[in-house]
Amino acid sequence: MSDVMVAGRPIQVNEEGFLTDPEQWDESVGEILASNIGIELTDAHWAAIRFARSDYVAEGATPTLRRMAQVGDVSTKEMFALFPKKPAKKMAYVAGLPKPVGCV
Amino acid sequence: MKRLLVLGSGTAGTIVVNKLHRRLPTDWEIQVVEPLAHHLYQPGLLFIPFGQKDPEELHRPTHSTLPASVDRIVASVLRVLPDDNKVELDDGTSIEYDQLVIATGTSTRPEETEGMTGPGWRTSIHDFYTFEGANALRSALQTFTEGHLVVHVCEMPIKCPVAPLEFAFLADDHFRKRGIRDQVKITYVTPLSGAFTKPVAAAHLGDMLSKRDIELESDFYVERISSSSLVSYDDRVIDFDLLVTVPINMGARFVGESGLGDELDFVKVDAGTFLADGYTNVFALGDAAGLPTSKAGSVAHFAADVFVENFLEHIQGRPMKRQFDGHANCFVESGNGKALLIDFNYQTEPLPGKYPVANIGPLSLMKETRANHWGKLAFEKLYWHVLLPGRSLPVPNEMSMAGKIPVDTNGGSSQ
Repeated sequence: MSDVMVAGRPIQVNEEGFLTDPEQWDESVGEILASNIGIELTDAHWAAIRFARSDYVAEGATPTLRRMAQVGDVSTKEMFALFPKKPAKKMAYVAGLPKPVGCV
Repeated sequence: MKRLLVLGSGTAGTIVVNKLHRRLPTDWEIQVVEPLAHHLYQPGLLFIPFGQKDPEELHRPTHSTLPASVDRIVASVLRVLPDDNKVELDDGTSIEYDQLVIATGTSTRPEETEGMTGPGWRTSIHDFYTFEGANALRSALQTFTEGHLVVHVCEMPIKCPVAPLEFAFLADDHFRKRGIRDQVKITYVTPLSGAFTKPVAAAHLGDMLSKRDIELESDFYVERISSSSLVSYDDRVIDFDLLVTVPINMGARFVGESGLGDELDFVKVDAGTFLADGYTNVFALGDAAGLPTSKAGSVAHFAADVFVENFLEHIQGRPMKRQFDGHANCFVESGNGKALLIDFNYQTEPLPGKYPVANIGPLSLMKETRANHWGKLAFEKLYWHVLLPGRSLPVPNEMSMAGKIPVDTNGGSSQ
């Protein structure tokens, strides 16, 4: 774990760059994290991110792609368009949430 | 008389009934709801397609696995009414309970993936998670002489997450022994970012794939299947001649319809005590429970030990003191008469070392050995005679770090 400067303040991240405390996140941090992985955030991205963050608070876990589709109303096709290749992981990274637990 | 009602007598349900039957106070009775007349040894399904297992040997009558004094109701569950402490059955009757254990497992749902059950189903598209599927695949595999075999996982979680990898290893071995390995291309297709979910094991199992010339296609989330190709949500196409897929795994439908489930109809429970969210007399055990650990018989067994001790306190109105640690261990059959063993829990990923006795073994963790293969085969007898009857296995219940060698890793790769 280490601190990195994001949006002018220190943010704690793990070895893969995921925030370790979702409370340290705000939208300006999200913008910078997105640009780190080459994503420009649109309204559709923000809708997905906001659902994921509120769902995390309610459920204690980062939503899976299936949950994003069934409960968050963001289809899997759309998730792949918004966050290419690794949508669940990239969304969690930008939203300041833990990497989805690899279902074991 | 107070009633414990257990839904399902698969691995978890049977172990719990056998353990509690001996220990519940005399003013408690146990009833079990189970529609199937036979109990299936599920780890044996993997070997049927390769002709290494006589399919008829895998079943025992359900009644022979349960205590004679336990009342078994042959029916399926329509729904649970948890606020009324009642379960409705498909024969039109209902049963009231004081405490409920849901142990109805998980099953494959091929119809959930577009095109899977189309014209290719059981001709070019196969599964081995059902008895019928494993037998159909046996014929398909024996007559397969050349082309592209794709071993595929639709979505996590699945029961026994190492099984599709084992299938790929055994398929490699099968074609080598037939002398046609060079005419068969094998690809392993997974929605995960690597061969497995946990970094050290993913790297190790990934190496085992590449050593066998099995290609790995990762982060592949299937959108639809035709009789000769898989198409992902990001428009990757993989053509196959023979597909061995693990369809989406879901819990029993009644779980969702009773308001107790997550998106996949697994019961939402506390990961330490298995108590269903919002209730004090509804538990879920085994694959039916939405736990962040593997869906596997070993988990059901370790979890049952914790559950039984807690449950005996719980019904006396005392706090449940024990917490499940997510302990799982799995033999991974790797072909050529060898297997490896992995042992892990919620916090600790599979590591190399010796098991169950530190530095001695006799089993080796994360390493292919003949002893592990014999361990896997011997396990079938233990399953029927020790595990299901709820007797103690000579292994620690909680995962232990003794004998394990920590590995440096920069984390890795899951979905």
